[in-house]
Amino acid sequence: MAQFNLKINGENKQVDVAPDTPMLWVLRDDLDMVGTKYGCGVAMCGACTIHLDGNAMRSCQLPVSAAEGKSITTIEGLSANGDHPVQKAWLDIDVPQCGYCQSGQIMNAAALLQRNSNPTDEEIESAMNGNICRCGTYTRIKEAIKVAAANSQS
Amino acid sequence: MTLIKTHHNRRSFLKVSAAAGGGMMIGFSFLTRCTPANEKIGLAVPSEWFDLNGYIKIGNTGLVTIFSPNPEIGQNVMTSMPMVVAEELDVKWEHVVVEQGSLDEDAFKNPQFAGGSLSLKLGWDALRMAGAAGKRMLLEAAAKEWSVGVGDLEAADGMIKEKNGDRTVGYGEIASKAVGIEVPEEIELKEPKDYKIIGTFKKNVEGSKIVSGKPLFGLDFKRDGMKLAMIEHPPAFGMKVKDFNVDEIKAMDGVTDAFTIDTTFDESDLDPSWSWSTVNAFKNLVAIVGNSTWQLMKAKKALKVNYESITEPEDSDMHAKRLEDDLQNGAVIQERRDGDTDAAFASAAKVIERTYTSPFMAHNTLEPMNFFADVKENSVELVGPVQTPKALEDAASKMLGIPVENITVDMTRMGGGFGRRLYGHFGLEAAAISKAAGVPIKLIYSREDDMTQGTYRPPYRSTYKAGLDTNNNLIAFSAKGVGLPQGPVFPNRFPAGAVDNYTAVKLGSNTNISTGAWRAPDSHFTAGVEQAFIDEVAEAAGKDPIEFRLEMFERAKNNPVGEEYDYDADRYAGVLKLVREKSEWGKDTPGIHRGVAAYYCHSSYVAQVFDIVMDDGRPIVQKVWCAVDCGIVVNKEGAINIIQGGVIDGIGHAMYSELKFKNGAPVSNNFNTYQLIRHSQAPKEIEVFFVENEIAPTGLGEPGLPPAVGALANALYKATGKRYYHNPFSTADQQQFNLEVG
Repeated sequence: MAQFNLKINGENKQVDVAPDTPMLWVLRDDLDMVGTKYGCGVAMCGACTIHLDGNAMRSCQLPVSAAEGKSITTIEGLSANGDHPVQKAWLDIDVPQCGYCQSGQIMNAAALLQRNSNPTDEEIESAMNGNICRCGTYTRIKEAIKVAAANSQS
Repeated sequence: MTLIKTHHNRRSFLKVSAAAGGGMMIGFSFLTRCTPANEKIGLAVPSEWFDLNGYIKIGNTGLVTIFSPNPEIGQNVMTSMPMVVAEELDVKWEHVVVEQGSLDEDAFKNPQFAGGSLSLKLGWDALRMAGAAGKRMLLEAAAKEWSVGVGDLEAADGMIKEKNGDRTVGYGEIASKAVGIEVPEEIELKEPKDYKIIGTFKKNVEGSKIVSGKPLFGLDFKRDGMKLAMIEHPPAFGMKVKDFNVDEIKAMDGVTDAFTIDTTFDESDLDPSWSWSTVNAFKNLVAIVGNSTWQLMKAKKALKVNYESITEPEDSDMHAKRLEDDLQNGAVIQERRDGDTDAAFASAAKVIERTYTSPFMAHNTLEPMNFFADVKENSVELVGPVQTPKALEDAASKMLGIPVENITVDMTRMGGGFGRRLYGHFGLEAAAISKAAGVPIKLIYSREDDMTQGTYRPPYRSTYKAGLDTNNNLIAFSAKGVGLPQGPVFPNRFPAGAVDNYTAVKLGSNTNISTGAWRAPDSHFTAGVEQAFIDEVAEAAGKDPIEFRLEMFERAKNNPVGEEYDYDADRYAGVLKLVREKSEWGKDTPGIHRGVAAYYCHSSYVAQVFDIVMDDGRPIVQKVWCAVDCGIVVNKEGAINIIQGGVIDGIGHAMYSELKFKNGAPVSNNFNTYQLIRHSQAPKEIEVFFVENEIAPTGLGEPGLPPAVGALANALYKATGKRYYHNPFSTADQQQFNLEVG
């Protein structure tokens, strides 16, 4: 066990965990931030996607020791009132079915739009291919990303 | 006017509603507004709430809480079921907040489970009755207050008005006086033409919580003093746990306890129709209790478990051989024989015979199995994601020897169900662990535990045979199928009744691998093969595939063969005609390859047309048209979403998914070795149309999936010139379908 100082959603947090503990479990077990989801633990489903210094990152593969000194954003901190353009588009298009994968989808989509404000269909598919939706909301996710892109530009 | 008998007098309703209202989801009871949180609803948060019945609480400001009775697995009943109550109560949807109800079937007068696409179908009367009874109580209260008759008043949008006067009162103002009023034995229900909420587009009531990462799911549940727990089950079917390095494990960081559990109990007095929780090949397990998930995962890696063999380990080759043998020699479970099929085949000008297979598949809900349990000496609290909470409650009572009255089961939102969470063994395991550890625990399956535990979609093998006469009339049809353990044949479904000489045989086999219901059980395979086979037969007959089917429905309707069949030929034909019109079937567009399929299961009818284009040798589903007849559509938004999801799920599992076995062990254990459909493999567009009628609603959780498998196979044939007989289609043509995941 060791102490780690983390910056999450703009706040400083201190945790006492083993250095190899993935950020996913630090968030969920130690900080009670359960919006970041566990789906596979091997970086194949994208449910645990967070932002590390603005880039999408699988938190199941990020040891806490590698997260110190970096800026972490989780679904809880993507916006203060759940009104990030991507979150609003998700509600507009009524994307979720079970909803379990959607924090990861939203975090990945937000990172995509950050680096490419007007992605093509192919760019959306390629960027989002690592995020599984077992319910099959893929067509709605793509539509919502396009709505978010359009709304961010207007 | 529609009159409905109330199933109970109001007093019994009130009595049980007190329990339902009082025991709400600890930590989960935050109100779910039906409008996004940032929209003003124009009503203050009430200081007082009045229980009208198990479903309805009215606040003094007019805000209404509706309890959704059934488990939410993504089929969106938490929105659609309260919509029905709100319609009959006659309140504005913006003034409704929804909460998940606790398990209390007496209060809800409704079976509280999620399965068989049955929630709306079975709940239709109870939901309308609850809303209408609530409205009647409010009307009676206002009538008494003003000394007029109930007939002198009318209610709409949460307001009561005098028909021939100026007086008005809001539901919130009169609610306190409605408490205690009895409802008549019969109450009036709305006519469909008067619906204001049913049939509209309403957003998911938990949408804003989902997109902002609020705790909703079983895995998110937390209780002060709670420990976490993980299990280890044997690596292969046919094995059981003997012992393990308990002392080493207990000494590890963060581990507070470790032991073996056994969830076996005397099932003899368990209601067999509710014995879902006992389906499980692995009844004895290693359990590790501790402080954090990561510490437990490390402890699992350090486990050294000794197993003993109890039955012969099976593998995929053995399964294939067994299916082949039992398709000839398996025990007949159900059959139908019209006419003389053998003689008709002998006299046929053309005979087509095809065999289809499909492998084991896992459910792979994205939220792995989990459950919270707090077992005390004579009381039990269970919280988590389960499709059959009542079955779990009963089984927990028997296993622990604690009366049902002392057990509570609360339902969290579920990260997917697909049939997997009908089998609540994980709830029993959580209870057994809590009991042994003497603390409240939340059991968490790793993805690997989840994918290798069993309760799989069975593998299947079916043979279809058709005979055409010299004029290309279909004179004989036979279907026989076997699965591990049961064949995927529904003898009285289509084309029963439509062919003079018809045989359908459902055969049995066996396996030591636990199998269970998987979204549209058996139907998803049967629809795929039957609809692909009929496509091939229509082609051999030189007929348009939709025309060919419509002729069969005409026959079944006008001159049915044999005993009753179990579909409505007009409604079946109706969805085919609607999809034909919407897709402009018959239009030939260069580069577009089209396939059609229709299927009836779970009381709803769905027809689909797939358009496939080939892109550098890779098939792309460009567009899917869906025509659906599920009677009255309660929530169009949710209905379209779930049909779209069914199409994508159907394509995914037909194209890509399979679970193989070696020495009794599943070869895949995570998403790096088990393929699920990804963004780039989904259709570019899915359009959904509904047949408009006033038939009582039926469910949509399952019916959208099965026809997708057939329509996909038929469109792929047009695109590649090959028929696809074996799932997953991608392995049949790996080169062509270039299946890289980005």
